[in-house]
Amino acid sequence: MTNVPKSSLSKNVLQMKFMQRSALQIEKEKSEEEKQKVIDDEHWVLDLPETEHKESRYVIERSIACIEELQYGRFSFNGCNPEVEKLMKIHSKDKELEAAATREAQNSVNDQEMADRYLSLSHTIAKKFAKKRKHAEIDESFDKANDSMDIEEEIPKSQKKKSSKRKFMKPKDE
Amino acid sequence: MVDSVGKVVLPGENLTDLLGSDSTFESSAWSRNTTGDRFSDRVKTWFLKFKEPNIYWVDSFQKRYIPQRGDSVIGIITTKAGDVFRVDVGASELATLPYLAFESATKRNRPDVKVGDIVYCKFLVANKDMEPELVCIDGSGKSAGLGVIGRDGGMLLQVPINLVQKVLSPECVLFKTLGKNLKYEVAVGMNGRIWIKCHTVMETIAVANAISVSQHMTNQDIQKMCSQMADSLVGF
Repeated sequence: MTNVPKSSLSKNVLQMKFMQRSALQIEKEKSEEEKQKVIDDEHWVLDLPETEHKESRYVIERSIACIEELQYGRFSFNGCNPEVEKLMKIHSKDKELEAAATREAQNSVNDQEMADRYLSLSHTIAKKFAKKRKHAEIDESFDKANDSMDIEEEIPKSQKKKSSKRKFMKPKDE
Repeated sequence: MVDSVGKVVLPGENLTDLLGSDSTFESSAWSRNTTGDRFSDRVKTWFLKFKEPNIYWVDSFQKRYIPQRGDSVIGIITTKAGDVFRVDVGASELATLPYLAFESATKRNRPDVKVGDIVYCKFLVANKDMEPELVCIDGSGKSAGLGVIGRDGGMLLQVPINLVQKVLSPECVLFKTLGKNLKYEVAVGMNGRIWIKCHTVMETIAVANAISVSQHMTNQDIQKMCSQMADSLVGF
């Protein structure tokens, strides 16, 4: 990625009355930056080699309830405490939903696969409805479309930026 | 590593060599050497356990409860101190429970909690440097089963902490099997306290005994014991 400099408003524009707030803000930012610079200069640093931070390869989990997937500790049976029984139902339902979600994730088709499938499908159907003489044309256009997609990906972003039109910049208002 | 799973590990033993990368550790008492990533255990001596994909922990017989954030425990109110209650949870220190940490409690509307009440509550703060703090509400301000319990009877008993872990694990059938024949309610705290409420004293004692003897039983044994108990309660 090329670093595009932040576009700024011209002096004349900033002098206009309705731009006063933005002008003030820009000034404030500048002064803050300068302040920061002064502070950074004042701080002195020891010229030592950097201390090595050893990265831990372990995650420490302190709660046994998490590790063993313990149940919530309140139970009620045969209508002894209806409130708790409601809670138990909710907890068991949550667990079922979780299990269903994992099953779904395993069985489902991912987005990329779906897109590829539809692309080829639309091509096949278009071929079916077209007259026989045009089959070759459709094949050609399909190939072209695929090629152009590949080429587009290869174009670096800096070139793309140049072609984009100038846009109206809305003044910031707070 | 696989061969050491299920074997006894001792305090001070270095387990780093045994472990592959990307492992998760669990223990209330893992101490970490400050100079490197070496793991040893300060106090626990028991079996090393393993769970897919990469979780290792030390399971031990333990009666002393060490507070952990997020644990649900059963506490007893000991004193009221200003705007907090002091709660005994069986740990080395009393925990605090602010009176605003109850459902629908406001500054003007104090919750109805007295000294000696049993509360089912959750740890919000629990670390070795600070006083543990409890709450009786979940993140959305609902009680969700937390709060004062046992106003209208019931019995509290203390069991080893690993028994609590056993009866709360999803594989254990104890409570379900008991619930087939009995009308009862039970609240289990991670601190080893279990509160039981049944209709009659006989039933309460039976459930308490069933819980305490189930420590070394398999699921089949538990089912057998429960059916025998149900028969004897009816009078056969």
